[in-house]
Amino acid sequence: MSAVTSSAPKPLLSPAVMATLKVLGVFGAIALAIVLLDLPDLLVQTLWEGLVAGVLYALIALGFVLIFKASGVFNFAQGIMVVFSALTLVGSYEIMTQRMGLPPGTVVAILAVIVAVATMFVLAWLVERIVLRPLVNQNDIIMLMATVGLTYFLIGFGEYVFGGNPKVMITSQLGLPVGSTQFNILGGRVNIQHLDVAAAVIASVMIAGLAFFFQYTRIGRALRAVADSHKAALSVGISLNQIWVIVWFTAGVVALVTGIMWGARSDVSFALEIIALKALSVLILGGFTSVPGAIVGGLIIGIGEKMGEGYWGPLFGGGIETWLAYVIALGFLLFRPQGLFGEKIIERI
Amino acid sequence: MLHVSPNAATTGIAKGEVLLSVENVSLRFGGVKAISDVSFDIRKGEVRAIIGPNGAGKTSMLNCINGFYFPQEGHITYKGVRRQKVRPHEAASSGIARTFQNVALFKGMTTLDNIMTGRTLKMHTGLFWQLLRHGPAMREEIEHRRKVEDIIDFLEIQAIRKIPVGKLPYGLQKRVELGRALAVNQTFGTTIALIEHDMGVVMDLSDRVVVLEYGRKIADGTPDVVKADQKVIDAYLGVAH
Repeated sequence: MSAVTSSAPKPLLSPAVMATLKVLGVFGAIALAIVLLDLPDLLVQTLWEGLVAGVLYALIALGFVLIFKASGVFNFAQGIMVVFSALTLVGSYEIMTQRMGLPPGTVVAILAVIVAVATMFVLAWLVERIVLRPLVNQNDIIMLMATVGLTYFLIGFGEYVFGGNPKVMITSQLGLPVGSTQFNILGGRVNIQHLDVAAAVIASVMIAGLAFFFQYTRIGRALRAVADSHKAALSVGISLNQIWVIVWFTAGVVALVTGIMWGARSDVSFALEIIALKALSVLILGGFTSVPGAIVGGLIIGIGEKMGEGYWGPLFGGGIETWLAYVIALGFLLFRPQGLFGEKIIERI
Repeated sequence: MLHVSPNAATTGIAKGEVLLSVENVSLRFGGVKAISDVSFDIRKGEVRAIIGPNGAGKTSMLNCINGFYFPQEGHITYKGVRRQKVRPHEAASSGIARTFQNVALFKGMTTLDNIMTGRTLKMHTGLFWQLLRHGPAMREEIEHRRKVEDIIDFLEIQAIRKIPVGKLPYGLQKRVELGRALAVNQTFGTTIALIEHDMGVVMDLSDRVVVLEYGRKIADGTPDVVKADQKVIDAYLGVAH
C-alpha cells in the first residue's frame, strides 16, 4: 500500500493570527476604497498604466511557461531573450539603413522584423542542438545553469554584434502609434498613450492567438501532449527535439513582441533585463505551469505595483515599484506556494 | 503491452511470418545487467506474451523494442531490417505503439484528444492551414477524426470522449491508452506483445509465451509447453535449495 500525501506545507500562521489579519483586511479594504474613490481620475489613470505593464509582464511570463511546460527547463534566459530580440531588430535596422544605405522607413523596418524572427528561429534551433539535446535527462539545476550560461552568452554576443549603447526602438517606422490623448472625465484628466493602447491590443491578440494555436492545431495538440507526459508523447511518435525547437521559437517570438513594446516605452538596452526578471514574481503568483496563471499573475503584479507606487510610493520616498512585485509574490508564497493556477504537488511516498 | 504491426499491405510480411526478432540482446545499467543475451521472435498477427517474476527484465525488453533504451549488445530486426539505434518516435512511425505499466496519458487532455495524438505522425498539413482551420487541414483533421471515432466505438468509450482523462478511473484510462496505441496504426488485427501477471489471461490469450528470469530467457513456446516447464515452475513457485 502506498499513502498519498499532499506536500503543500501548512499555513505558517495560527488560526487566531489569520482571523486578526482578516479583520484588519476588511478595515483596510474600506479605508482603501475611501482613499481610491477620492480621486477617481487618478484611480483610472493608475489602473490603466498598471494594466498595460501587466499585459507586458504576462507576455514575458508566458514565454517562461511555454518552455517550462514543454521541456521542464526553467529558462533563466527568457528575460535576456526579450532584450536580445529587440536589439537584433533595432540593430539590423541600423545596419541596413546606415551601412547598407537602404532608405529608412516601414519597408526596412519590416525587413528588420523578418531578420529578428529568423534570428530567434536560429537561436531556438541552436539551443536545442547545443544545450538541450546533450543535457537531456540531467538534473533541473543543471538545465537552469545552462540557461544562466545562455543568458551571459546572449548579452556578450548582442553587445559584440550591435554595440553596448542603449538604442531607440524604431517605433514609428514599425507603424506603431505615438502621441497621447487626454480625456476629461470623472472631474479630472486621464492621459492615455496611444502606444500603450497598441501594446495592450497586440498583447491580447498574441495571447488569444497562442491559445487558439494550442487548442485547435495538430502541433498545438502535440505541444500539450509533451507538456503532460514526455514518455507517452514519445511513444506515439512525437519528436521531442522538434517540439523543443518549436516551443523555444514560439517563446522567442513572444520575446520579440514584448521587446518591441518595452523598448518603445524606454530604451533598448540590457538594463531591460531587470524588468524581465520581474516576470519571476508573476510566475510565483500564477504558477509555473499555467498559461492563464501567467496572464492573471501579470495583471495582478502590473496593477499592484502601479497602485502601490502611486498611492504608497510617497510614504517610502518613492521607487517602491522596483521591489513591490517581489513582496507581493512573497506574500503569495506564504499562502499558496503552488501559485494561483499551478498544479498542487502531490507525491507518492 | 506492445503493438507491432502496421497495415499488412505496406509490410509485405504475411501473417505468421517473423515480424520482429530480438537477437542476443544484452542491456546493462552501469554494473547491473537488466537483460543478458536474450533472443526470441514475434510473428505477424500473433499475441506474444512476455512473462516473468518482478525484475526479470520484461519492461526493459519493451523499452529496447520501442527505442527508450539502446541495448549494448545484440540486435533487433524489424520487418526484415536490422535496426541501428532507433529513437522512440522513429519506432512509432514504423508502426510500433505501446502502453505503459503505470498508465501514461496526457491527463489534462480529453479522451478524444489523447487518441488523436496517436495520429500525429500521419498528419502532414502545414501550420498555415492548421491556423486557418480550413482547406487541407480541416479535411485531414476530419479524416483522422473518423478513424479515431472508429477506435472509440470499438473500445466502447463513446460516453467519455470529451472528459479530461485525469478524471477517469484507472480501468477506463487503460482503455484510452490502448485506444491511443491502436490509433498509431489504426488496424484492429495487430500483432501484440503482452506483458501480464495474471496467468489465466496469459494462457488464454497468447499464442506463444517467452519467460524471463533475472534478465535471462528460461523458456519459450506455446502456453501448454511453458506451463509444464520445470524452470518456469521453479521461477514462479521458488525452489528448495
